[in-house]
Amino acid sequence: MGWAIALHGGAGDIPLSLPPERRQPREAALRHCLQVGVDSLKAQKSPLDVVELVVRELENNPHFNAGRGSVLTTEGTIEMEACIMDGKTKKCGAVSGLTTVVNAISLARVVMEKTPHIYLAFDGAEKFAREQGLETVESSHFITPENIERLKHAKEANRVQIDYTQPVEKETPTVDGDSQIGTVGCVAVDNDGNLAAATSTGGLVNKMVGRIGDTPIIGAGTYANNLCAVSATGKGEAIIRGTVARDVAALMEFKGLSLKEAAAYVVEECVPRGNAGLVAVSAKGELTMAFNTTGMFRAAATEDGYTEIAIWP
Amino acid sequence: MGGWAIAVHGGAGVDPNLPQQRQEEAKQLLNRCLNLGIDALRSNLSAVDVVELVVRELETDPVFNSGRGSALTAKGTVEMESSIMDGRGRRCGAVSGLTTVKNPVSLARLVMERSPHSYLAFAGAEDFARQQGVEVVDNEYFITEENVGMLKLAKEANTIMFDYRVPEAVGLETCSAVVESPILMNGLPISVYAPETVGCVVVDSQGRCAAATSTGGLLNKMSGRIGDSPLIGAGTYASNLCGVSCTGEGEAIIRGTLAREVAAVMEYKGLGLQEAVDFVIKERLDEGKAGLIAVSNKGEVAWGFNTTGMFRGCATEDGFMEVGIWD
Repeated sequence: MGWAIALHGGAGDIPLSLPPERRQPREAALRHCLQVGVDSLKAQKSPLDVVELVVRELENNPHFNAGRGSVLTTEGTIEMEACIMDGKTKKCGAVSGLTTVVNAISLARVVMEKTPHIYLAFDGAEKFAREQGLETVESSHFITPENIERLKHAKEANRVQIDYTQPVEKETPTVDGDSQIGTVGCVAVDNDGNLAAATSTGGLVNKMVGRIGDTPIIGAGTYANNLCAVSATGKGEAIIRGTVARDVAALMEFKGLSLKEAAAYVVEECVPRGNAGLVAVSAKGELTMAFNTTGMFRAAATEDGYTEIAIWP
Repeated sequence: MGGWAIAVHGGAGVDPNLPQQRQEEAKQLLNRCLNLGIDALRSNLSAVDVVELVVRELETDPVFNSGRGSALTAKGTVEMESSIMDGRGRRCGAVSGLTTVKNPVSLARLVMERSPHSYLAFAGAEDFARQQGVEVVDNEYFITEENVGMLKLAKEANTIMFDYRVPEAVGLETCSAVVESPILMNGLPISVYAPETVGCVVVDSQGRCAAATSTGGLLNKMSGRIGDSPLIGAGTYASNLCGVSCTGEGEAIIRGTLAREVAAVMEYKGLGLQEAVDFVIKERLDEGKAGLIAVSNKGEVAWGFNTTGMFRGCATEDGFMEVGIWD
């Protein structure tokens, strides 16, 4: 069988004309994070440890919409969320509304392992982080000049929207597409078929304060059971409605679809075009990366030597 | 079949020793809410309007754990959450961490219809409530004397459960309650546990399904704890085929993506409504304890639970009507 790992840095309207200075650092980051994951799997770390480790790396990298590099709320602030799930036990942990916690995914794991709860948010989550001694910093640590620009563009685009007196749309018109609807995530399976999934994000650019997306919602942005592990990315509202991550597993279980077929079906049928992507691995060591957006920053590897780092189809 | 159908619940996991008077009170409220829903359905209101209407009534009445009468957090405050889903188009709205909004389900509906998002929480949700001009009150409004008492018992029970010395200062009633009621829900003895959540599912005469759920959440919860009620796919779900609202141990419902599961086995395995409900309760809860109500686009209604009792009621257009607590 063999282990398998896949990770993503966000699906979206990533322009094919993305200039090298924006493309290369992200490709390098994907390569680095993939290596971190592969090395851990080779060192026999559990998939749960592996996905947390890889997502921490992605969070720390300012080029992706999670942790440092998170997109900004409409007030120019940071609100991060994350979720982790262990396929074997279906234990899970989720957090939302974090403003100072350096690695949201690690707090999600602590919620899973050290509380009788699954999901903590906002002040309660921040307080818990301090009680547990997790690393926290000034919120400004997470803000990058790129994201200040993105927020500015999003506000300008919205202003145009309102001028045409359109009804409130669930679409955020994008000027500079990439990472408007990003997220990071990782799924992994070991030799024994143990599965885990982890997802982390700053959310939607220019989002209302307090807005929660799909990432921390079990079955929407993140899911793992004994069949597969899934991490989704894209337009949160669509992923929630489409219960994307759960549906991949449900199609495998109830309709006998393969991992690849199930993932393809979900991105084609359960969410509108241009709205979502996902990475997934199965208990049998298979992997798939599917998206209905222009592109998805992604990387994957399997024990038998397959490696891929890509952005567009 | 065809025709409209409605089901309501007031929480799963009921103390078998609940005094008769309390049982009657609960059944009367369920009856009243069913009738409210039935009148609305006969006036041709849409499914999503009906579920909102009914859940508002359940929130306003202090009998169940939602809105006024919500279970208290560890701090002694109320933090409410709710979600609503319209099967047509699978539109949804959810809120968490509300402290002053009189009817959380209505705010969830506004999130669905008047915001670009699906889920708002805590300060952001409270701000949105004010922007939208919904009715807000002091947090004290939601707190009932009974729940203050329940919180105290819960804290004592936690002390007993985690402290293996024989308790001395704790009242004998609490002691014997723990000994006589070994049934636990969410880590609390059933005599102390507050069955969580209220909900309503409806299919209207046009075959549209909707679901809504609302709660104060787990008694003695950490501030900031979010349960299954506002999570689409866990506590609430509606699609073209059905509408589902769950109640019970939040963590079990989330892990089992319970509400979505009912719809998924109908959609992907072709099970009928009752089969789907039975399957999910039997196979998807592992050691977890929960219950749910559901309607199908064919006008059927079903419920299931693996807890000791679930406050529930249901009615269909052909005249069937039933309110119950036990098996």
